[in-house]
Amino acid sequence: MTHEPKTGAARPPIFALVGNPNCGKSTLFNALTGLKQKVGNYPGVTVEKKTGTAYSQHGHPMTVIDLPGAYSLAARSPDEAVTRDVLLGRRADTPQPDRILCVVDATNLERNLYLVHQILDLGRPVILVVNMMDLAEQNGIHIRIGHLEQELGIPVVPCEAVHGKGLIELKLAMSRAEPALPRHAWDVPAAIAPAVSELQASLVANDAKAPLIARAEALLLLTDQDAMRVAGSTPLSARTHETLASWKKRWENEGTDWAGALVNSRYDAISQLCAQVVQRKDTSPGPSVSDRIDAVVTHPFWGWITLGVLMALVFFSIFTLAEYPMNFIDEQTAAFSDWIKDKMPEGELRDLITDGAIAGVGGVVIFLPQILILFFFIGLLESTGYMARAAFIMDRLMSSVGLNGKSFIPLLSSYACAIPGIMATRTIEDKKDRLVTILIAPLMSCSARLPVYLLMIAALVPGDRVPLLTKVGVMLLMYALGTFGAFGFAWLFKRTLLKGEPSIMIMELPPYHMPRIGDVIRQMFERGWMFLKRAGTTILGISIVLWFLSAYPKAPGEPTDTEQLEYSIAGRIGQTLEPVIRPIGFDWQIGIGIVSSLAAREVFVSTMGVVFNVEDAEENTEPLREALLKATWPDGRPLFTPLVCFTLMVFYVFAMQCLATLAVVRRETGSWKWPAFQLCYMTGTAWILSFIVYQGGRALGF
Amino acid sequence: MSALSKLSQLAVGTTAVVREMPKTGSAFLRLREMGLLTGTTLTLVRTAPLGDPLEVKVRGYYLSLRRGEAEQVLVEVATQS
Repeated sequence: MTHEPKTGAARPPIFALVGNPNCGKSTLFNALTGLKQKVGNYPGVTVEKKTGTAYSQHGHPMTVIDLPGAYSLAARSPDEAVTRDVLLGRRADTPQPDRILCVVDATNLERNLYLVHQILDLGRPVILVVNMMDLAEQNGIHIRIGHLEQELGIPVVPCEAVHGKGLIELKLAMSRAEPALPRHAWDVPAAIAPAVSELQASLVANDAKAPLIARAEALLLLTDQDAMRVAGSTPLSARTHETLASWKKRWENEGTDWAGALVNSRYDAISQLCAQVVQRKDTSPGPSVSDRIDAVVTHPFWGWITLGVLMALVFFSIFTLAEYPMNFIDEQTAAFSDWIKDKMPEGELRDLITDGAIAGVGGVVIFLPQILILFFFIGLLESTGYMARAAFIMDRLMSSVGLNGKSFIPLLSSYACAIPGIMATRTIEDKKDRLVTILIAPLMSCSARLPVYLLMIAALVPGDRVPLLTKVGVMLLMYALGTFGAFGFAWLFKRTLLKGEPSIMIMELPPYHMPRIGDVIRQMFERGWMFLKRAGTTILGISIVLWFLSAYPKAPGEPTDTEQLEYSIAGRIGQTLEPVIRPIGFDWQIGIGIVSSLAAREVFVSTMGVVFNVEDAEENTEPLREALLKATWPDGRPLFTPLVCFTLMVFYVFAMQCLATLAVVRRETGSWKWPAFQLCYMTGTAWILSFIVYQGGRALGF
Repeated sequence: MSALSKLSQLAVGTTAVVREMPKTGSAFLRLREMGLLTGTTLTLVRTAPLGDPLEVKVRGYYLSLRRGEAEQVLVEVATQS
């Protein structure tokens, strides 16, 4: 006869999985739930919501919510705020968990127990999972599990999630019908105890909290002086705020360090516990493997070499490995398009599907291989522990513009594509730092700008052959412009618009781990799918709109593609735009290119092909280059003078020409406000700089 | 008992005990929650290649913090035993 969990009849019991970052929580979650996972988002915040189903030994389903890693319930980042809010039952979108699985790293029990200590205050059933037992033993740390269980009064399960050890025991503990409640008594400092009871009473009376939760909330309010709020959590009543404020005032007058005292007394209790539970065998184990790796990786000279070589390798792989799948996608979209052309009768609908939808979405999906490879490397760097070292090394440089080292990898990724870069900013805890990083990321010249640069460089240089050095020089200049522009704007934003506390760099440097390739690949696909869903659907809509703009109204008679484009709304938009872009040396034909390349920057090249009636413009720049050089203004002046080509490149460095990026920024920031701002400031800067370059160049006689 | 010095002025490899740190500021609350409190023993492991931030070993793990914060943490160098 099996015991049904108490809540089993209505719904499976809900377990929340919590723990410090780097404690092996995600590996445990994957091991528990296998492929039965759902990845989504907490509404209003860009924090991943992962839910999965685990099965007990008797086959009963159990829901597991993988909460973001946190060091403390006094949240400092949106991630930690979500963890706190779910545990306290403050979020309407997530049911309060029935039981809590706390994962701790056996090699670092003391600091890991701090969060556990806060969670035990909640008075909910808790199971403690002591992970990485093998690593602890290797380091000469022995943990007396039985003793820990006795002291805390909760089930404690030793575990090696990486090797799948301890999972059966954990599932048995999870399916036990009557969960044990923690025996958790610790001495709240005497000066603070009355405030805790008063706040607790107010929370029960005015905020309808259960007594134990109210006590935990009270302790948290006293630790966390300016609590981090995120969308979706319920605010506290005014009465409770008043009580809190009056106590704070009193302590400030008395000079009581209330928050410090609370943290101190928790750590005192933890130290006492660890003294009984942790036995260290080896007194001088010598430098660990991580120590030895770090001696090289953060070395004043070899550290830079390592960073440089790793990043070069990443980029080399992105551009070489991605080529084959990109060609494949290109061929497949073409084949699919041909297939539709074959199956469907000729007409508007067919053109809409092939030239609008398929071509448009294909133009963005073609970057998917690059994006996936980038996600793979970001995941790999994260899971080995190198990411923290890169941030450690780069922090000094990033701090000169007011950011911290954690912005480095997102910005670097943006040289391939801004989208994975922007999605990688989630590791930045400070909200304003993260926003600044998102705002400047698209200024890094991404791979979609390359075809535009290449075409313009080809057209820029007179004569048949472009000297390699000029090519490389101009190209580097464009990359430098974008990079310095980005740092300039970061500096500006941190001083004006997003002024805040100076950023801090309190970060754990976790021990190096062998990466779990399976987990990295799983994460890569999750993020890749997220990109496809967001960018793909937006781009589908926009591609259809852009197709209509270029296909209607129909030119009379039997127009060529070029004539049709001129006659269409897109052509007219180009003409309407001309007064705006004439001061920077562009005519309406270039205007069409700019409008159509909002789908993706490299579309500029194919649009120029249609505008100047060149077959296969994408395959070979040579005929297109010839056509560009022949193009003139109505009065016969050449259109693509070297100065105009150069100006156009400068324009593309700065202009926000990627709607897919804007769609992702909208998702990551939760509103249209920031993408709109980004569009304005980037494109505005592009116009102003182009104006300076073009008019200045003309004045100098170019 | 030796005199107090700033954490930022410790020589690399030195072990010391925290004696004083600011009571307010979210950075110091976070340091406390990460286990760096008055009375905690720590070792300065290294500085980043450009001299900032610092890496300390505390309670068996490694933590980075900037010089700006380290300057406000006063430590007493542990006597060699």
